[in-house]
This record gives sequence, C-alpha cells and structure tokens, in this order.
Amino acid sequence: MADNLSFTLNGKPVTLSVDGDRMLLWVVRTELGLTGTKFGCGKGFCGACTVLVDKKAVRSCHFPVKQAAGKEVMTIEGLAQNGTLHPLQEAFAEQDALQCGFCTPGMILGAYSFLLENPRPSRDDIIKAMEGHLCRCGAHKRIVQAIETAAKGMQGAK
Amino acid sequence: MSEAEYDSIAHGHESGLGPISRRDFLKYTGGGIVVFFFAEGSWAAQRGLPTDFNAFLQVGEDGRVTCFTGKIEMGQGIITSLPQMLADELDVPVDSVDIVMGDTSLCPWDGGTHGSMSTRGFGPPLRKAAAEARQVLLELAAEKLDVPLERLQTKDGVVFDQAHAEKKATYAQLTQGKKIERQLKQEPHLKDVSEFKVMGKPRARTDARQKVTGQAQFAADIRAPGMAYAAILRPPAHGAKLRNADTSAAEKMAGVQVIRDNDLIAVLHEKPDMAEAALKEVKSDFDVPEAAVDDKTIFQHLLDVATGRGRESQTKGDVDAAAKQAKLTVEKTYYNSYVAHAPTETHSAFAKIENDTVTVWASTQAPFRLQEEIARALEVSPDKVRVITPFVGGGFGGKGRCIPAVEAARLAKLAKKPVQVVYSRAEEFFYDTFRPAAIVKVKSGLDDSGKFVFWDYGVYFAGDRGAACFYDVPNLRTTSYSETKPGMEAHLFATGAWRAPSNNTNTFGRESHVDMLAAEAKIDPVEFRLKNLTDERMIRVLKAAAEKFGWTPAKRPAAAGRGFGVACGIDSGTYVTTMAEVEVNKDTGEVQPKRVVCAMDQGITVNPEGQAMQIEGCITMGLGYALTEEVHFKGGDILDVNFGSYKLPRFSWLPEIETVLVENKELTPQGGGEPAVITMGAVIANAVFDATGARLFQLPMTGERIKEAISKSV
Repeated sequence: MADNLSFTLNGKPVTLSVDGDRMLLWVVRTELGLTGTKFGCGKGFCGACTVLVDKKAVRSCHFPVKQAAGKEVMTIEGLAQNGTLHPLQEAFAEQDALQCGFCTPGMILGAYSFLLENPRPSRDDIIKAMEGHLCRCGAHKRIVQAIETAAKGMQGAK
Repeated sequence: MSEAEYDSIAHGHESGLGPISRRDFLKYTGGGIVVFFFAEGSWAAQRGLPTDFNAFLQVGEDGRVTCFTGKIEMGQGIITSLPQMLADELDVPVDSVDIVMGDTSLCPWDGGTHGSMSTRGFGPPLRKAAAEARQVLLELAAEKLDVPLERLQTKDGVVFDQAHAEKKATYAQLTQGKKIERQLKQEPHLKDVSEFKVMGKPRARTDARQKVTGQAQFAADIRAPGMAYAAILRPPAHGAKLRNADTSAAEKMAGVQVIRDNDLIAVLHEKPDMAEAALKEVKSDFDVPEAAVDDKTIFQHLLDVATGRGRESQTKGDVDAAAKQAKLTVEKTYYNSYVAHAPTETHSAFAKIENDTVTVWASTQAPFRLQEEIARALEVSPDKVRVITPFVGGGFGGKGRCIPAVEAARLAKLAKKPVQVVYSRAEEFFYDTFRPAAIVKVKSGLDDSGKFVFWDYGVYFAGDRGAACFYDVPNLRTTSYSETKPGMEAHLFATGAWRAPSNNTNTFGRESHVDMLAAEAKIDPVEFRLKNLTDERMIRVLKAAAEKFGWTPAKRPAAAGRGFGVACGIDSGTYVTTMAEVEVNKDTGEVQPKRVVCAMDQGITVNPEGQAMQIEGCITMGLGYALTEEVHFKGGDILDVNFGSYKLPRFSWLPEIETVLVENKELTPQGGGEPAVITMGAVIANAVFDATGARLFQLPMTGERIKEAISKSV
C-alpha cells in the first residue's frame, strides 16, 4: 500500500509515494538512487546499511521507511560538504582504515552518530560503540585509530 | 586515456568483444608508447592462448601512463601498489599512473586474482615493461634533443641532458604524434632497491576517497533504466532435487515477472525487496537426501572415506627406523572445521544485453573465467560477453566463481531487460566454497638433547600447501591424503580456496605439534624452534618477532590464565613468525587476545603501509577461524544463514597489533596478502596452552571446547 511520505535526505526535502512498511535501505538504494548505503546481511547484524535518522545511527535494512517521515535522513553521500570531506572521512582515508571498503559507509556513519553523543571517547568507548559493525578485511585497528583522530578533529566543529 | 576512449576500445574492436588483440588495442588507443608483456606461469600455453602478452602499459600522448591488467581490486590494495612499481621504473610521479583492472574487453586475458600472485608474479614483468618504455623514451629524446643516449637521464616524467639540464623533453612531448609498439622480450635493466623513490615508501590507498564518500561502485550498485531485481528459488539443502514449484500466487502479484528455465526459477520486480517478498509466495517441494553427516561427525566421515593412499611430497632418511630410536615421541591428531569466506559484500552481478552483446558487472576474482562460463550458459561465443569488475567487497578466495553473474545473464536474456542478482546472506553461506574440514596426523620424536629424530606428517583433505616441514629433521615424511573410496565423497558441498588455502590447517597442525614436543621436552618453545632450525630466513624472522615481542624463555605452561604463544610458517614465498599474548577466562573458556606481534620476510616490500595493513587484516581475520568460525550443517543443509550463529571477529577482540617487516633486499617481492593468516590458529592454541595447561586439538577453539579441554587437563 502506497503512503505519501516526506523527509529530508542529506538536507534536501523528498516526498515519496511508497509502501511505508518497506525498509529504508531498499528505498534509499532503489527509488532514491543512492547506493553508498550497503546491503550486508539484511538482519541488522553487520552495520553495512547504517544511516542516520535525526542524527542517530539506524540499521536501514530493518528500519521501516514510514518511521523516517518528517525526519532528517543522512546517508554517506551527505557527509562531505561541498566536496570537503568530514574529519571522519579524512581520517579513514588518511589512515587506511579500510580495505575492500564495503563496510566503510556504515562504519563512518556509526562512528559519526557515536561521536555526537560522546565527543571525547576513550579507546574502550570506541570499541564498545563499534562492536556491532563487522569488517571482514580486519581493518579494525586502523578504524579505531581513525575514529580517535576524527574525534579530535571534530571538537569545536559541528 | 579518457573514458570515451575506453569505451571506443571496448565497443569497437573488430573481433567483437573477445580477448583484446594487439591490433585492436593499437587501433583504438591514442598514440604514445605501448609495451606488451607477459606475466605469470604456464596457464596461457595450457589454454592455447598467446603467450607473448597478457598485459600492457601505455605512455599516452598526454604523458599519463596506464596499465591494463585483468587483476581485480578486492581490498588487497594492488590498485595502489602496482602503480607504485610502475612509476618507479618509469620515473614518473605515481599520481600520473592510471590502472584499468578486470575488464575483459579492455584488458588481456588473466587467470584470476589469487594465490598472492599479483605482486609476486605480475610485479616483475610490470617493472620490466616500465623499464622498456623508459628505454624507448630515452631513444626518442636522444633523437629529439640531439644528445647522446648515455648522457640522458630521466626524472618525474622528463628526460634531460645530464650535462645541460636545460636540454630536456617531457614524456608527453616525446610521445606526441608517435605510435610505438614494443614487445618485452629481453631483460631490461631494473632499478636497484637503493634507487627506489616510490616503492618501499608508504602510500595511502588511491581508492580511499571513493570508498569513504560512498562513490565507490560495487556490482550491486550498477543501475540501468528498465532493470529488474531477481530473487531465485533455492533448494533447502545441497543435493536436494526440485519435485515441483507453484508460482501462480507470485505471478498474480503486481509488477512481478516469473521466469522458469529448467532449474532456474526466478521472480523479477523493479524493487529488490518486492522481488524477495514475491519469492516467498512461490510454493515448492524438494526431495532432500537424508542427512548422514553433520559438523560433529564430519571428521570420522573424512577418515572413513579416505583410501589411505597418499601422495608423499617430502621424504628424507628412514622414518620408520628412526621412530624406534627416538627418546621422546608424541603422536597426535588435529582437526579443522569448515570455514566460510563471508565477505561483507555478498556475490552480486548486474547483466544487460544490447545488440547481441552481454555486459556483466560482477563481484569476481576471475573475470575471464566468468566470461567463458557466461558464454557457455548463453550458448554464445565469449567475444559476445564482456565482464567488468567494479570494486569487489572482499574475496579471500571465495569469489573465484560468481554464480549470480551467470544467473543474471540468463535472466536478462529471458526477461529481455537488465537484471541484477544479489545473494542474500543465507545464499552467500549456502553457496560458499568453504575452506575444507580437514585432519592432520603427526607422529614425531626427539633425542635426549631435544633435537628432532623423525617427523611423520599426514594431512587429510586440506591439500599440501604449507605442509612441508622446514625444521631440520634427519628423517622425515610429509604425505597428503585426498583420495576417496569409489563412489564416496569427502564433502557434501563445495569447498575451495580460502585465504592461504591448506596452509591454515597445516600450520595449525605442525606448529601445535612442535609446541607439544617443546613442552614435553621441557624446553621453551622459541628456544626449541631455534635449536631445530637451520633455515636462515626462518631463524631471522623468529628472532625478529621474539625481539619485538620481548619473548622471555620460561617453563610452559604457566597456567596462570594469561599465556604466550609462538608459531612459524611459510606461504607464497614469505616467511612468518607470529607471537601472541592471550587471557583465558577459565570459567567460560573465552579468550581475549591481548597482543599479537607478526614478523615477516617477504622480500622487497613495495608498499610498507599496504603490507602492514594486510598483516593486520590477516591477524584480525585469523582470530575468527582460531576462536569461533565454523560452519554448522546437517547433511546438505547449511544451518548458518547469518552472522548470528556464524561469528566473525569483532572490535572487542582487537589485540594490540605490531608488525615487523624483516628486510630482505635480495629477494623480489613475495606474497603479501595471505601469509600472516596461516599462523593464527597455532599461535592462539599455543598461547591458550600456556595460559591454561590445556591443549586444543580442534579449531575453532570455542569457549565450550576450551572449557572441556581445561576440565580434562586437571
């Protein structure tokens, strides 16, 4: 059943006629054409599909799109501003905190949401926060380092 | 080269879209210098393909350099390191090098990306081709500048007169209007390590920006107007036969197209989740064979089906006679479970057919083999099939085949529209080519001084990569058993290469056993290994690891809940020693890795940063097969359908990781992406032994198994 839903996507308003029970992941990747959000497991185990809804990380593979109505949705495509990478993106790129790169968009958005809540995390805080994100290539060490670096870079910034 | 030019080659060459010929390439590229070269082994000759080239590089008229290779990027980082090698020999800034990978219409035939061969096998000829191109540029400059060849030098894409530096020409100026073709035949002079400016220096990944912004495209990200997503009916178990399927309910759903073609039953929809939902409406009935084997009985099954006729890969002295002389003999059996590749990106493909030509974007490690497979399935000639490999989201040996690509091509043909097939996580587990369950039996003995007297080693169903004994043993035999009794199968489902195939199992068996011998002889395990090694490379690597780790000889096991382990191994020409510190919770049996140090001698290091990354990845990934990863199954039914029961390493497992690259400038680069994973089973088993006094004989060492081993050891 189609519902008319409106929300903002990466800062721009969108209105869709879509079955509100469908998962946000598929609507973002198909109707909205943004493929940076990845399908990894479909059950919320891996974190590859993480997006932000009102700045909180959610697993879009089991987040019904109707719950996004009236809210701000941000995907990885919305993180860099006018071509300038966010400190998290900078740190991931500079510190080689990725290999195949498939889990990276979800990792970065998961870390972003966490850093908004906890701008001065300890290493243990970071590990705890990222525990639900899987990386098969084993880039964990560099991901933790990149988040530590980005946390410093984000202080004072939004 | 511009994208339009790529397209003009891809769509233009006369023979259609088959393996690109030299004539095709020269016709459609702009001018400049092209050097054709051949890399790797004998596969081309075996296949009756030309052996004069399987790669080329071009110095374009704009001075940019492009390398064309059938290799693919799946995280291992060759997109960054191959250009480094090229840039150094050619004397150009590394940023002026482009690399085109894994496109069957742009790149020459290639056997696939595996076996840690990209840098080891492809690197040396790539460097030679670059040196050859540099030679051509020098000759052109000699003529243009009217300067004797021997006075000329190159730097940063410029040839200049050493006597009069103002006399110079850029590569772009030299190649302008030229069309020069060279075949690499002779052995051009390669630079010495001391001359390297780019190689040996850390270089950040060139694909990082695309990957952190979501711009990097994987096969599931390809879109085209009018496309459909397919969900395919799958059997409940391997070996199951479809009795009947009723698709009528699905057919009635809005927007659903049902395709039935022999064994292939698919529902198509313009939304992937709707296709998935429609598949649930397909009623099916399968004959499922009775489950005779499961993950608990598999090892007995393997021993039952084995003929016991082995292949001896290593023999020395008289093992049977020597066995009687040994003062201390240990005989043990080691078990290793099925392990999944579980790449974060499931196998995915997108296919479209235009003007009789099939173009398929696929997550594959072997685009050219896939091209042939698709051609067979569609009954067309391979030159009507183009496979493009975008970024691959992890492979680890599991993407040698890409079944969804064949299915997408078949469906695109039948549905007359572009089709995408993306495995669900359950399909990914079901169709994975698991690392085989395997068994290692070792009987070995020492003399009074703790020196080896004999070593009798047999490996069942893992293969013999990494089985060879590198300790100094006077009487030795290494045997590989893979033959099954007539009509009997070892495995109920597909198995295949998993990062450093065979070697994880062999190194677990050998290094666990060596550790047991050391403990029985009451000698520190590092001291014991050094006492029994004559291989200088291994001695150097072991000592480097011990120094970095701060290994202190001690009586083991200390059984203090905290333990230290060591394991050594050789893979893909690379020597590895890993040391680990773990904490074991004796109540739960859970292991917390605290610190891992890995020392590696892999010859010349092209990109130290990339190499460190690969070692870290091997260590972290290796903790999975050491501690939790095993495939649960009952007959052909794969019980693991997601990451709830199949447990991958997580952030909380992360030990402190340190890597040591042991310098060896005499040796060309050896394997880098696999070797450090081989030691992880044994190093953790040995550390767990030190921590608890309990010896684990089976991987993975789950909490349950460790608890059980502890209860037996007291």
